[in-house]
Parts: sequence; structure tokens; C-alpha cells
Amino acid sequence: MLTFIGRRTAAAVLVLFTISVLVFLIFFATPGVDPAARIAGRNADPATLAQVRHEFGLDRPIPIRYGLMMQHLFIARDLSSFVNRGDLVIPQILHAAPVTLSLVIGAAIIWMVLAFLMGTASAAKRGTAFDPVIMLVGVVGVSIPAYWLGEVVNLFTQSRWHSGIFSWVPPLGYVPLSTNPAQWALHLLFPWLTLAALYAGIYARVLRGEILEALNEDYVRTARAKGLTERRIMVRHALRCSLIPVVSLFGLDFGALVGGSALLTEVVFGLPGVGKLTIDSLQNLDLPVIMGCVMYAAFFVVLANAVVDVLYAALDPRARRA
Amino acid sequence: MPDAAVPPAGDALLEVRDLTVSFRTRRGLVTAVDGLSFSLGRRDVLGIVGESGSGKSVSMMSLLKLIRDPNARIEGEARFEGRDLIAMRDKEIRALRGREIAMIFQDPMTAMTPVYTVGWQIAEQIRTHESVGRRAAHERAIQLLDEVGIPDPGRRVNDYPHEFSGGMRQRAVIAMALANNPSLLIADEPTTALDVTTQAQILALMRRLRVDHGSSIILITHDMGVVFDIADNVLVMYAGRAAEQGPKHDVFHRPRHPYTWGLLSSVPRPRAERVSRLPTIPGSPPSPLSIAPGCPFAPRCRLRHDKCDERPELAGGIVHVDACWLPRDRRQELRRSLIEKAVSEGDPGDLSEPTDSLSGSDSAR
Amino acid sequence: MASAGPWRTALVTLRRDRVAMVSLGIFLLIVLACVLAPVYEHSIAHTDAFTSNISGTTVVDDKEVPVLASSDTGLGLGVTPIGPTWDVHHYFLGADGQGRDVMARLLYGGRSSLLIGITSAVIACGVATLLGVVAGYFGGVLDAVLSRIFDVIWAFPVYLLAISLSVVLLTSGLQLGPVHIEGNSLWLPILIIAVIYVPYVARPLRGQVLSLRRREFIVAGIGLGASDLRILIRDVLPNVMPTVLVFLPLMTALNMLTESALSFLSIGVQPPNASWGTIINDGLGLLYTRPMVTVAPGLMIALTAVVLNLLGDGVRSALDPKARLRGAA
Repeated sequence: MLTFIGRRTAAAVLVLFTISVLVFLIFFATPGVDPAARIAGRNADPATLAQVRHEFGLDRPIPIRYGLMMQHLFIARDLSSFVNRGDLVIPQILHAAPVTLSLVIGAAIIWMVLAFLMGTASAAKRGTAFDPVIMLVGVVGVSIPAYWLGEVVNLFTQSRWHSGIFSWVPPLGYVPLSTNPAQWALHLLFPWLTLAALYAGIYARVLRGEILEALNEDYVRTARAKGLTERRIMVRHALRCSLIPVVSLFGLDFGALVGGSALLTEVVFGLPGVGKLTIDSLQNLDLPVIMGCVMYAAFFVVLANAVVDVLYAALDPRARRA
Repeated sequence: MPDAAVPPAGDALLEVRDLTVSFRTRRGLVTAVDGLSFSLGRRDVLGIVGESGSGKSVSMMSLLKLIRDPNARIEGEARFEGRDLIAMRDKEIRALRGREIAMIFQDPMTAMTPVYTVGWQIAEQIRTHESVGRRAAHERAIQLLDEVGIPDPGRRVNDYPHEFSGGMRQRAVIAMALANNPSLLIADEPTTALDVTTQAQILALMRRLRVDHGSSIILITHDMGVVFDIADNVLVMYAGRAAEQGPKHDVFHRPRHPYTWGLLSSVPRPRAERVSRLPTIPGSPPSPLSIAPGCPFAPRCRLRHDKCDERPELAGGIVHVDACWLPRDRRQELRRSLIEKAVSEGDPGDLSEPTDSLSGSDSAR
Repeated sequence: MASAGPWRTALVTLRRDRVAMVSLGIFLLIVLACVLAPVYEHSIAHTDAFTSNISGTTVVDDKEVPVLASSDTGLGLGVTPIGPTWDVHHYFLGADGQGRDVMARLLYGGRSSLLIGITSAVIACGVATLLGVVAGYFGGVLDAVLSRIFDVIWAFPVYLLAISLSVVLLTSGLQLGPVHIEGNSLWLPILIIAVIYVPYVARPLRGQVLSLRRREFIVAGIGLGASDLRILIRDVLPNVMPTVLVFLPLMTALNMLTESALSFLSIGVQPPNASWGTIINDGLGLLYTRPMVTVAPGLMIALTAVVLNLLGDGVRSALDPKARLRGAA
């Protein structure tokens, strides 16, 4: 298990390196584009341009440029915004990360709990009216634009019914967990539910399919022949094995959410997370911030994927050798 | 031992009468097992033989209520130590499963849950039916693995199923089945998925278990050679019905049903003088949807005649019975003529020779 | 060996699938309505979907009313556009902040959204088929390099990849050899979305070809000295086609959602073009007063994506490959 974790970490570092190269190439080696103008922002004066060129070694070969960039990003961590001069990028990101994590982790817990309840229930009651309902909920979930659902939720909780049943809903924004846990949860409640609504259905559907497949496996027949109760067969055998593919799907989605897919939800609900930071810097093409956000987001994605892989190996002994 | 085929009731461990399993389908009622009757004495080994689809697995699974299809209907009577299994409620039969009657299945590769260690699964079996501590169950699992011949059981007990080879997995499955000392072990094609050497080892293991644990065994197989190796009684099934049943020696020395003749000549014999293509029975078993109303084997039988349009009942003796319309006193003669015909036509594909070479090695057990 | 048999069976199965057929019908209706956008604009609504109409008037209940009324709340500085009149001739769904007909814009927006969704899905599936088949069939260094590239793009959060590419390309356009694509061309979002989703399709296809390559008929073809091209076209392609066909509607739905998200962030479709995503963005400031500007295009996206996903499910069960897209945000 330890060697597995070691190998997985090495692989993660390699992927991270490749992503950093890719990001670097997108921003600095797109043909026909002057990167200095990009970093300096719109309408920068010649002096600034020259300074940027020097600072990022834009007059030097590409590998050195890459090295300098990484040095600014990770070692010196002195990359600063060119729109709001002097604003260091990295501390901003570190400040925003807990917001994003609060949003995604909370939503993930809600949608996984819902998915488990709906998935196991519909697998146990297969062939009833439950099936098409679960299927439709899943399809609608993957078909609704996340940001739009957020807007519609806002429409009702902040405006239309705000004087009625939703009068307890606080205004958009974020309260740190350390400041006031109750307010933290209250502010995040609808963002969590919105995000969870999109995923719960599809996860319930996937889980249902996996459980039904598992229930047809030979080992379930063996378990029955052993004289186990149906409940134990479902929970300890069928559900336990169905977890494996669900967890790997969860890893992909969780990583994608932390690494950017949640940014739309952050924007809509006014949560100052990494996604919001990215979007704000997009509005005025603040390249250093965008690049920093992308790199850090990629870091979270790779980290999430690695954690999931380790979890996967813990769940599935067959994966440990891979 | 030949007298064990139909022993008086009460002495038998399992007494099955008119077991019928049918499924409601869109195309009507399909009968998978049709009026099966047999009895099994204590410490006896019954071999149930037939091609795939002949209803041998379905009949055994129906005894333990392991058929989950809500469209299945099971009728008849199956007295196990005097209690009717078919009439039992789910809870009652669950208490029997694994404890009194254990069942193992064909493919050892998929028979165990992949995410738990072999020891965990054996311990689960023990703790389901006995109140034993975790530690004690683990120790018993090691003992059981040792007993079925797993080397270094103290270490291998913590291995996962995928770390075992096919033969070892089947041994582990057998160890699990034996964990609660069941009085009946039903083995559904336990050796089919294994290579020849492993096959022989598993059969030897089962033979030993019968002596050490005193369990009765029902062995489901399509391989006459396996039956010959281990069974006391034979039940030949075709299209959900018994074609012939009786003590092993009778069935192997004086087979009466043309289908049994075919099965016996389908046994590959390494010691045969000429290397011939593995003989087969012409045609294929009927789909359960289209079983002939008369004798189900008639469409494939070379000796069919008008009478075969009627359904033959099991008859012909006390312990050795068959379901065929051919005159019983001329059966051996007819069989020989079939073989001569096949040989003269240069077609070794059917009924190539009598089974002398098989019966010659009889004393092996 | 592609005979007409399996394809015809699949087609018959699909035709009998009521959910899939209704979905296809709805999808075609949406496409038709969007194609006919100019007809609605000129002949029914008599409006111009792309010119602001700040001081214009329209008719509601036979009375002439301004399209944009000054706001009666707050400082009275803002304007409130006319709400839905439910009259197809006069601002059926109301006006947006610049007095433009929302219904007409919705139809035009649908044109861009559908065009981007379908075209990028076709490109992504096409490129993915080519790369996946080549990687899986030839193996070796080629496969190693392509697989590594897929892995990296796969590990890259899609939205961030799309955002990075959009930021770089939108300002200056893209120079592809002699072809220059302007920054506001629809081709930019199409290409960006196509590129980021190539690994989604290419990876499963590569795996499929890899296992096909070991199957007897391919091995026999190689043994008989058939050329690689011949084997690829005659034997490999027909066998991966079902998977590609299943991916196509699912990818179209996913790509439309991605397009709308990028446009919502104003890094997708650029003015003067409109898409459902940009209309939602236009409507943000009016969310609490005129929610229809935001709600209507969102409903259209959701409806289109739902029917495409249902159609994809139908195609999958008709063709029965194990293709599955990972859940999209």
C-alpha cells in the first residue's frame, strides 16, 4: 500500500509538470502573440513592457522562460497582478481556496448521500415506477447549466419568494467557517443544494446500474448460498463492490469541480473562491492571476485524482498491483 | 452400494418427489425441470449428468430457493431430513443454506467477492451460523484452508481471491462450503473450469471430504468421466426430465437409454488405441420453449419410432430405471448394431465403442 | 465486416424506442425553429434582433407602450424593458436591456448554440476516431505519445483549459497556417470545445481498437497481407462506429453546455453573434425584474440537452456498446 502511494505521488508530480508546461505554452508560445503585452495588460506603456520582458526572460530561450515562470509561481511566489499593481497572486489564491473547498466538499457530501439513498432504493425496487423517475432526474441533472440553475434559485430565494418562505435566506456572499459556523452553513446552503442537485441524479443512476450488475454476479449467488440475509448481501457484498466504479467517477467530478467547474456556481452565488478570482481576472485579462489560478486549480485536480486513486486501491485490492 | 438408488424413505437424507420448475415468459410457460424424483442416502454421492440446459443446475438451485426470478414457479416436494424444503419460508431456508446444505458453483474465478480476503469470507460463513468470535473464526478458516490443501494457510488466509490460482480458489470455495460441516454439499460443475490435473486433485479432495466429514454430495456435471470417478448413483437428465437413473455400475455397464449411450461415448479416453475426434451426439439439446410433447430425445435419436410421440415414463426396475420406449430386453443388441453401423460408415462421431475400457478401471475408487 | 444486418436491427430497435423518437422529434423541432429565426424576425415579429431599440415602442392590448420604460424604483436612473406580452407579433418574451426582442434573439442564439454544439461534436468525434483508431491500431511510439497527450488533457480541468485557450485566442484570433480566424468568429469556440473533449472519445475508442486488434478477423486480415488502410477501413472502422454514434448526441449536449458556460463568462460567442449563453449573461442585470430574459434561454439549453441525452441513451441501447460519458457540470 505504501509503495502504491509513493508511485501514485510520483505520477501526480509528473502530470502536474506536464500541465504546467502546457499552460506555459498556451500563454507564452501561441504563435503570433506577444506575451509581454499580455502579462502587462492592455495599453501598457513601453517601459512596463520592457520590464516585463526582462522579468520573465521573454528575450531568452523557451526552457529558461519556463523556469523563470515557475520560479515566480512556486518559489518566489511574487507574481503580481498587473491590473491592481502590487497585489500578489499567490496569497489571493490561498485566501480563496477554502471558499471553493467549502462549496465543493459540502455539495459532494449532500449529493453522495442522496445518490446512495436513491440508488440503493431504486436497485432494491427495480422494475417499479421508481426507475424512470431516477433516470429522468439523472438526465435532467446533467442537462441543466449549473450557473443558470443558480440564477433561478437566486430568483426565488433572493427576490420572488424572499418576503415569504425564503425570508431566512441570507444575502449572497460568504462567511468563513472560523468566523461563524452557522452563518457559514446558511450562506452555503443553496449553493450546496444547487450543485448537489446536478450530480445526485446521475450518481444514483450509476450506482443503481452498478448494484444491479453486482447482484447478478456469481459472488452474490455464493453469498446467498452461504445463508446471508438479503440486507447483508446488498450492503456488504453488492454495494461494497459497486462503490469502486462510483468512487472513480466521483474522483473525476470532484477534481473537475475543485479545479474549475464550480467556478460558475461561485460566480452566481457571489462566493469569493478561486473560480470567482479567475473570472474577475478574466474580465480585465489579468494574465498573471489567470495563470496562477489555472496552475493552482490544476494542482487541486491532480491532488484530488491522486487521493481518489489511493482510496480506490483501498477499496479494490485488485488495483493495488497496478 | 448399488442398492442405494431408491432406499426406503426416512433413511434418505434428501428425498425429492416430482420437482417441477417452470418460468412464466412472454412466450408462455417454460418448464425447465419436469417431474424430477430421486433420493439421496447419507454419505452417498449422486452424480447428475446432462448437457447444458438440461435443467440440472436449475433443479438444484430451486431446492435452496436460489432462483430469484419472480416468474419462477417451483412445485413438488423435497424432504431434507424430513422437512420439505419447497414449502419452507425464506427465513427457514436461509438458516439451512450454508449450515446444512452448502452449494458451490462452476466458476471459482468469480465465486468469491473480490474485495475481501479469502479468510474473511470463510469467517463470514462460520459466523453467519455459529456464534463464534472473530479470532476463533479466523483460526478455523486457517484450519479449513489447511485441510483442503492450501500450502502455508496461515499466510494465504489473508490473501485476496485474485491472488489465488483457479484451483486454489476452488479449494478455498470448498473450504468455505465445509466451514459449518454441512450434511449435504451440492457441487455445480466444480471442476469444469479447471485444467485436468487440478480437476483430479479437486475430485480427490471431494472424495476425502466425504469420508472425513460424512457429507453427502450431489455433483452436477456434464462429464461422465467425473461421475464415474466419484459417484455412487447416477441421474441422467435430458430436457428437464430424468432419462435414466440408477446405481453407477448398472448405468455404466448396462446403459439403457440411447441418450446415455451417446454420453458414454462422448467421454474422451486417453488410453484408446486410435486417436479419434471427440465423439458427439448429433444435433443439439432442444430449447426449453420447444420440447417435443413425446419423448424429448426423439428428434436426436437414431432409433426413434412411432411410439416416441408419446411420453415415456420412468420404468424398468427397482433401482435402475429409464424413460424409453425401446424393448428393454433388446437394448444391448440395438446399441451394438448402432455402433457397428457407425463404424462401417467410417463415422466415429457417434457411439463409437462400448465402455469396457472405462469399467475396467473401476476398482480405482 | 459490416453487413446491413446489425445496423438495420439497431435502426428498428431505435424506431420502436418511444422515448428516443419523441426526443428526436423535439430536437428536430428546436433545430427547425432556430433555422427559421430570420423568418420569425422579419415576417412575424417585425423587429431586428441585433440592433438596440432604446426609444422604440410596441403595441400591447392595442395601446402603444415604450419598449424600455424608465425604472420607477430606486433613483429612477435605470430602465426596465417590457416583459413578456405572449403576443408573437409584439415582443412575445419581452425585450432585453437594449430593447431587443428576446424571442427573436432566442432563436438566433439557438442557431449559434446548436451550430457550435453539433459542429464541435462532429469535429471532436472525427478527430478522436482518427487518433484513437491510429493509436490503438499501430501502437508503439505513436500510441505512447498520443496516449500521454490524452492523459494530460484529461487531467486538465476542462473549463480552465477552455478559459486559457479562449483568453489567448479571443484577443488576437488564431493563425492556422494561411487561415486566419478572427477573434469573434464562431469557429474559435467550436475549435476550443472540440479540442478539450477529444480525449473523452479518443480514450475509450483506443481501448476498443486495442482489443479488436487481437480478434481473429483482424489478425487474419494482417496474415493475408491486407494493407493497413484496407483493414482500418473495412474491419476496424465499422466496429468502432457504433460507439462513435452513441457519443455524438451525448457530446453535442455536453458541448452546448460548455459553450453556454463560456459564453456566460463572455469568453465564448462574441458580439455581434448571440448564443443562449450570451443571452443568459445579458439577462443577469434584469434577473429580478425581467427574469424571462435569463430563464427562457436556460430552459432551451436544458430542454435540448435533455432530449439529446435521451436520444443518446436510445442509440446506446439500440447499438449496445458500453460507451459512457462522464457526468458534465
